[in-house]
Amino acid sequence: MTRVGVITFPGTLDDGDAARAVRRAGGEPVALWHADSDLQGVAAVIVPGGFSYGDYLRAGAIASMAPIMQSVIDAARVGMPVLGICNGFQILCEAGLLPGALLRNAGLHFVCRDQRLRIETTATPWTRDFSVGDEIVVPVKNIDGRYHADAATLQRLEAENRVVFRYAGGNPNGSLNDIAGVCSEDGRVVGLMPHPEHAIDELTGPSTDGLGLFRSLLGVLAAA
Amino acid sequence: MARVVVDVMPKPEILDVQGQAVHRALVRLGISGISDVRQGKHFELEVDDTVDDETLHKVAGELLANPVIEDWVVTRV
Repeated sequence: MTRVGVITFPGTLDDGDAARAVRRAGGEPVALWHADSDLQGVAAVIVPGGFSYGDYLRAGAIASMAPIMQSVIDAARVGMPVLGICNGFQILCEAGLLPGALLRNAGLHFVCRDQRLRIETTATPWTRDFSVGDEIVVPVKNIDGRYHADAATLQRLEAENRVVFRYAGGNPNGSLNDIAGVCSEDGRVVGLMPHPEHAIDELTGPSTDGLGLFRSLLGVLAAA
Repeated sequence: MARVVVDVMPKPEILDVQGQAVHRALVRLGISGISDVRQGKHFELEVDDTVDDETLHKVAGELLANPVIEDWVVTRV
């Protein structure tokens, strides 16, 4: 069974749901601890949401320096798939694995709602099972979700088709170009603010759309 | 030992919604004559004499500030 790591930092909240999503999709979640540097032979890593280190300094800044993150950075550089969700996206930006930064929401409110997202590329291991233009509904819940990158970086992301998810039906936080998620140059590192791991079960989520990300990953790894 | 101050501010082109909220509160207080507020961070570091300027700039640029969204100034006081 494919082993997928899920990192827990002090202040992580969504590691349980991320592990559950991996299991539901047919994989084996492996708990990874922030202070370790051993990735335990996992084939991919999820950096889940929460408020690592209390969001001190900047959201994700301190977590990006944790020992486990150096191992994740090294593995990502040689193609290991990584998914950062919410605080995990912020951590991947702070770690330099993804371009840009996440700023305080334009409305200053903590936004918690079900959010429509449009899939903009299927050229990542996390979105391969979707079609471009598909819309999914997953929860969004954050206060620092406003995606920002300088004009040249934005232009490059758009030109290289590296915007993976875009807000549909209203931008919740003032993100530039309605960007909800982006990927690395090789497409294997993806980060997004909304929470696919909270949308895997009709009982507890607005849809089961989020499962598509985890199934995509496991399909890609099984075929490799 | 010396004290080093690092001031970190959002880049001019960044919409600073927190600064705007502070400014709106000033208006509600009835204070006039303040046209804009921008909010940043102020760090005070106790530094021994072996730490050179290059190291201090590295500390500021790689941890205290995020160069994507913030500018910083390092001052030995």
